[in-house]
Amino acid sequence: MKKIKKATGLKRQKAISGYLFILPFILGFLAFMVKPFFQSLYMSLCSVEVGPGGFRSLYQGLANYTRAFTVDTEFARLLVEEISRMCVNALAIMVFSFFVALILNQKFKGRALVRAIFFLPVILSSGVILGIEYDNALLSSVQDAIMETTGNTSITNALESILITAGVGAQAFQIVFDIVDGIYDVAIASGIQIIIFLSGLQTISVNMYEAADIEGCTSWEKLWKITFPMISSLFLVNWIYTIVDFCMRSDNQVMEKISDTMIVNLDYGFASAMAWVYFGIVIVLIGVSSAIISKGVYYYE
Amino acid sequence: MSKRKQTAAVKSFRERNRASHGYLLKKTVRTGAWKLVRVFLLFGMCFLILQPILNKISISFMAEEDLYNAMVISVPEHFTTDNYQLAMQFMDYGKTLCNTVLVSLTIALLQIAMCTLAGYGFARFEFPLKNFWFACVIMMIVIPPQTISTSLHLHFRYFDIFGIFRLLTGESLNLRGSVAPYYLMSLGCMGLKNGLYIFMIRQFFRNIPKELEEASYVDGCGTLKTFLRIMLPDAKPILTSCFLFSFVWQWTDGFYSGMFLGNIKLLSIQLQMIGERLGSYITNTLHNAAGASVGYTNCIVATGTLLVIVPLLVLYLFAQKGFVESLSSSGIKM
Repeated sequence: MKKIKKATGLKRQKAISGYLFILPFILGFLAFMVKPFFQSLYMSLCSVEVGPGGFRSLYQGLANYTRAFTVDTEFARLLVEEISRMCVNALAIMVFSFFVALILNQKFKGRALVRAIFFLPVILSSGVILGIEYDNALLSSVQDAIMETTGNTSITNALESILITAGVGAQAFQIVFDIVDGIYDVAIASGIQIIIFLSGLQTISVNMYEAADIEGCTSWEKLWKITFPMISSLFLVNWIYTIVDFCMRSDNQVMEKISDTMIVNLDYGFASAMAWVYFGIVIVLIGVSSAIISKGVYYYE
Repeated sequence: MSKRKQTAAVKSFRERNRASHGYLLKKTVRTGAWKLVRVFLLFGMCFLILQPILNKISISFMAEEDLYNAMVISVPEHFTTDNYQLAMQFMDYGKTLCNTVLVSLTIALLQIAMCTLAGYGFARFEFPLKNFWFACVIMMIVIPPQTISTSLHLHFRYFDIFGIFRLLTGESLNLRGSVAPYYLMSLGCMGLKNGLYIFMIRQFFRNIPKELEEASYVDGCGTLKTFLRIMLPDAKPILTSCFLFSFVWQWTDGFYSGMFLGNIKLLSIQLQMIGERLGSYITNTLHNAAGASVGYTNCIVATGTLLVIVPLLVLYLFAQKGFVESLSSSGIKM
């Protein structure tokens, strides 16, 4: 049986000061997260009318949700596009950032410079700049011009035409080539993930690698038997971070549509409903994938 | 002993290779090849990341006719700084820059101060429901702010604390368009990515040995004094990097700024409007009915983007260590 003991003296005092330290967070969380969270859930079930001096919400059941899927012409399509883009890109970002972190963890000349360049996107691709970057039509037209002058023979294009005409798993190849074409997107979205992986790599003790060397491990084996398990928990962190980051990106079309509906059309109920559909899908995705990943996570204690 | 060592060093590569049954040669070739591949890979990827910036820089100095000249790719033929003048004019650059610096600085300071308190509380104290509240921090990271944005929007449009204002003035406050809501949110650790900062700061404070804290208690420091005098100086690197991140993300943030700070001229908001401004400038001031061409609009937008990120680039050049090193050495773990 567990003994119920009233905290006394120093322990109690510490508990109180602990609460004092996180008090701003608790207040903020209740006021600006919990309340809006449930309010927006409620609003998604209502039609909200904004008038002078206040707003009224009339309960109307799931009307907003059915409208999102059956009446609205764009939403379902955008949702599918964004979610599938997110999954493919998130996977690519994980692989890319792990690979880059492995390289950046090695010692070579000019490492500081290369690191500085790789973390540049943390600044440059944040917030509005990414959205502006994205519709840079001039850049693509310049690229088209270059393509035409070089006779349209890049290595990837040649490979692409060979592999796709071969006809085996054309769909799968197409996804891979889309990623290769969009490698810039992947590179600029993986700054933080690289830092996280790098921090993990630096905590692995050198002794382990030395022991493995003495036992005659090849680098390939070391990668799979030491590096991978030791930073496996960071895969989970990075995966969640990547997905959440995707929701915040300013070129996320679903989010664009939501804020348009809200700010331009003042249709708060419908906007909430769409936000909740998106949030629901993302949270299920995070839940399922974290459950799968966390099974493979190895904790070294 | 030393003589034997010397002869070993003098031995030629070929002999040493033979002694190791060909392993040495294999290893040398392998590491050499990997080094070469690595150089190519890194160069390619660095170029990939830098290319858009370089491209923007070269475009920003081009006159309009250069944009359509197929011969001109990266070096402008008609060198001009008109683009900068126009972009600065559209964005009201001087004033906007001051505003942005002021807002980003104060918001970042406020957020980091609050997140440090919370992070320290989570790391060093035992109190009931601690795990529950920490789960809330994780929730905060995971919930996209757009989900609650509709409600926040109305919340601040008709702001009231338990109906106090309605009682006093008969009307609720409209805080939208002022800075107040965002400062309030920052005060409650609810700003942009604040969950992440709390998480990282907590992670750091957890790794400080308990003995340090106990020693300061024995020497007569209270909780607050221990925090201020012992813990904070230690945490300088992680706090710097969190501050820098917060500053930079606030600088470029369009979401919260667009939602709350609409009336204050901020770079991130002005940048999004630069295209429209150019169009109306060309039709209204220059009386050219055709409006701005796509290429020229892009050129001005690129110039504007450069103007927004140049201060950040300068900051990054000087504080690069603060951004990267302290984070990558802090050891983030679940």
